[in-house]
Amino acid sequence: MSSAKPARRRFPFSIAALPWWKQGIVGAGVLGATAILSGCRLSTFGQDPGATTQATHESHIFQGFVVAGIAVGILVFALIAWSIIRYRRRDPDAIPKQFFEHIPLELVYTIVPILIVVVLFTATVVTEDKVDAITPHPYVTVDIYAYQWGWQFYYPHNVSVVSGNVVLGQDSTYPTMVLPVGKTTQIELRSRDVVHGFYVRDFNFSRYAQPGVLNTFDLTVNRPGYFVGQCTQFCGLHHDQMLFRVEGVSPAAFDTWLADKAAATASGGGTTTPSHGAGAAYP
Amino acid sequence: MTTVAHPPVAVHGDAHGDHAEVSGILKWLTSTDHKVIGMSYTITSVAIFLIAGLLALGIRAQLAHPGNTFLSAQQFNELFTMHGSLMLYLFAGPFAFGGLANLVVPLQVGAPDMAFPRLNALSYWLYLGGSVTMLSGFFVAGGAAAFGWVAYAPLSDAVNSPGAGPDLWILSLVLTGFSAIFTAVNLVTTIFCLRAPGMTMFRMPIFTWNMFITALLILIAFPVLFSAMVMLFADRHLGTHVYTVAGGGSPLLWQNLFWFFGHPEVYILALPYFGIVTEVLPVFSRKPLFGYKGMIFATISIAALSTGVWAHHMFTTGTVLLPFFSGMSYLIAVPTGIKFFNWIGSMWRGQIAFRAPMLFAIGFLITFLMGGITGIMLASPPIDFATHDTYFVVAHFHQVLFGSAVFAGFAGLYYWYPKFTGRMPHEKPAHLQFWLTFIGVSLTFIPQYALGLDGMPRRIADYASNTGWGPLNMVSSIGAAILGLSMLVMLYNFWISWARPIPAGDNPWDAHTLEWSTTSPPPHHNYYSIPPIRSERPTWDLNHPEAFHGAPAVPGRAREEVGAGV
Repeated sequence: MSSAKPARRRFPFSIAALPWWKQGIVGAGVLGATAILSGCRLSTFGQDPGATTQATHESHIFQGFVVAGIAVGILVFALIAWSIIRYRRRDPDAIPKQFFEHIPLELVYTIVPILIVVVLFTATVVTEDKVDAITPHPYVTVDIYAYQWGWQFYYPHNVSVVSGNVVLGQDSTYPTMVLPVGKTTQIELRSRDVVHGFYVRDFNFSRYAQPGVLNTFDLTVNRPGYFVGQCTQFCGLHHDQMLFRVEGVSPAAFDTWLADKAAATASGGGTTTPSHGAGAAYP
Repeated sequence: MTTVAHPPVAVHGDAHGDHAEVSGILKWLTSTDHKVIGMSYTITSVAIFLIAGLLALGIRAQLAHPGNTFLSAQQFNELFTMHGSLMLYLFAGPFAFGGLANLVVPLQVGAPDMAFPRLNALSYWLYLGGSVTMLSGFFVAGGAAAFGWVAYAPLSDAVNSPGAGPDLWILSLVLTGFSAIFTAVNLVTTIFCLRAPGMTMFRMPIFTWNMFITALLILIAFPVLFSAMVMLFADRHLGTHVYTVAGGGSPLLWQNLFWFFGHPEVYILALPYFGIVTEVLPVFSRKPLFGYKGMIFATISIAALSTGVWAHHMFTTGTVLLPFFSGMSYLIAVPTGIKFFNWIGSMWRGQIAFRAPMLFAIGFLITFLMGGITGIMLASPPIDFATHDTYFVVAHFHQVLFGSAVFAGFAGLYYWYPKFTGRMPHEKPAHLQFWLTFIGVSLTFIPQYALGLDGMPRRIADYASNTGWGPLNMVSSIGAAILGLSMLVMLYNFWISWARPIPAGDNPWDAHTLEWSTTSPPPHHNYYSIPPIRSERPTWDLNHPEAFHGAPAVPGRAREEVGAGV
């Protein structure tokens, strides 16, 4: 950077004292940052506010953490910036005062972070219990099987949503899991082969589908619409093709959909059950 | 009182007197000198870094816009697997505890060499063999390993990942694992037994302290990795069922074993670089380190906590006790915070000179700060559920690792470059490289936070255009290209410093620690004589007697009598 400055600048942060091109850089930086932030959901810091009840709990703690993170980040960054601007070497021979420690100050910046950690930890445990809560009386239970490379959704009354393997060209559509809005759905998640990741962006939630492990969690969709899901845990060649959709519909529409499907299944006209069906699965 | 059976440090007469010196290629092949081995380690690991960086450029080229066909899915999967494996196992670790530690630790404690010079040579050759083994995966039928650097079972079994590539990957980690363990044994013994008279534990430079703690962590973590690899190999070829459900095994065991290695490994990759920054910041501020003992206790607590947080990589498995691993992970923020404030305290009211090492150290502070704060967010299981395996995590650990291994790594490279070559790095290309690196890394990884929050999973070879992820990915890829450019500037700097040498002298930075009191480059057994060590800054005390703060030369004599104008 620039070499020896002739005079000590009184206010190192004064923008007006900067040359015009540096003022331009600062202005462009502020404008750019504003544009980027406003473009990606500034109010929720880029994350969806949450299409399930569980997701809104996550969204709240996320916003709290971002605010806390920005506050701590600005404090530390400001201290660094002050140090490197204010204390840059002006006299090549000057030896500054040699100080080694300051025990009270060091204690302060040990104890204050511990207190912050206690607050963060408490908030985490409270939220985590809400997100992971399992109701004993779900409206419906859906068994989800992940496999290389697709998803299968099994409902009560032998109703299943199993599209063919998109990757292998057996089908051109991704499977859609239909869920009732405002009612709690219990998911039982399993894998047929390797580890997969069940993830829906608008649900702010993911959980591994693993061989030998049954994972149970609740989803309470809070708005109708389509939500894209995708496998997040790398699972082999066509990991990037492992998509699905979730459709939130009213409970009445959901009941009608399920009854229609059940009737069609009973008469043999429903969806085909794959050869490696639910009955053969573990655990 | 502190030294045990100290070997002679002054070489009789000529440095090369009774040591038949060979030159050229034979010197590199046969040497047991820690400086030659350290240089071999450094050159090899920087070469690995450049190769792994090229793979990353391939990844970024493929992801630059949706629907790209630059790479096939198989090629993409091999590339990110090898990028991660090379960077983590073969660059970031060996560069620090093989390269810089080998070069610097014996000099910093005033030893003539490592405690076991031949074991040291074996470490290097195992490491080189392991590196070649891993790279050779690209040349076998079926291609290199393609299951990510974490190789989760059962994706890594013989059915899902057949072929020689994965086997070469396993073998490579076994070889380099042994190399790391031997180096750790060597470092611990050197630091315990070969310290010069007066070099008490609490006068050791922080870099040496951090390498000591790192070596202990290696001894804890790498045997676990080795065992896990042996069992994986047995599953693949000997018919065992350690990680298969069908045979009564548990795939989840792999994740537990791997991360029990993997999380200490993260600090094995970070602590040495913290050590570098802790050396550089005070020297270029002309001040002592602020809070020397606090720094050491912070390092020890980070290392201790790091063995109890492995399952925060497994929050979404639904099989771990969330509050315990979450709480332990949060606690690591406390000693890391102490380090940050001590670093700032070391610059506070100093005289800061923006030479190449200092710039990179400041780059580390800023980049690592962002990566660290997002790391605290990820320690919260609900937030981890929302961001796990998305680009948010990719951005987080790249800022952490790029901050440490690259920014702090280059700070160390430029800082000790004069000591081992006798030449100064040229400042102008170093400054250009710094700014290119800083702009490149920010452009590459900051957009990835937004991509992750917008739902882009990691390790996908392609994405649809209606996801809207295209523009930010393009920004990220442009950043990666700038990073590639910055590496060319670095190579130019090394070339120009040989073509147009600027002699360095013994102590060009007015540094603090012992290694700067010998010649540049040091003689065969490092020291003709060792200055008195009465504080943690022996070279500074020698050059600035007016600012001396150490213990008196003769016990019982007051500080003023030894000429220390306090």
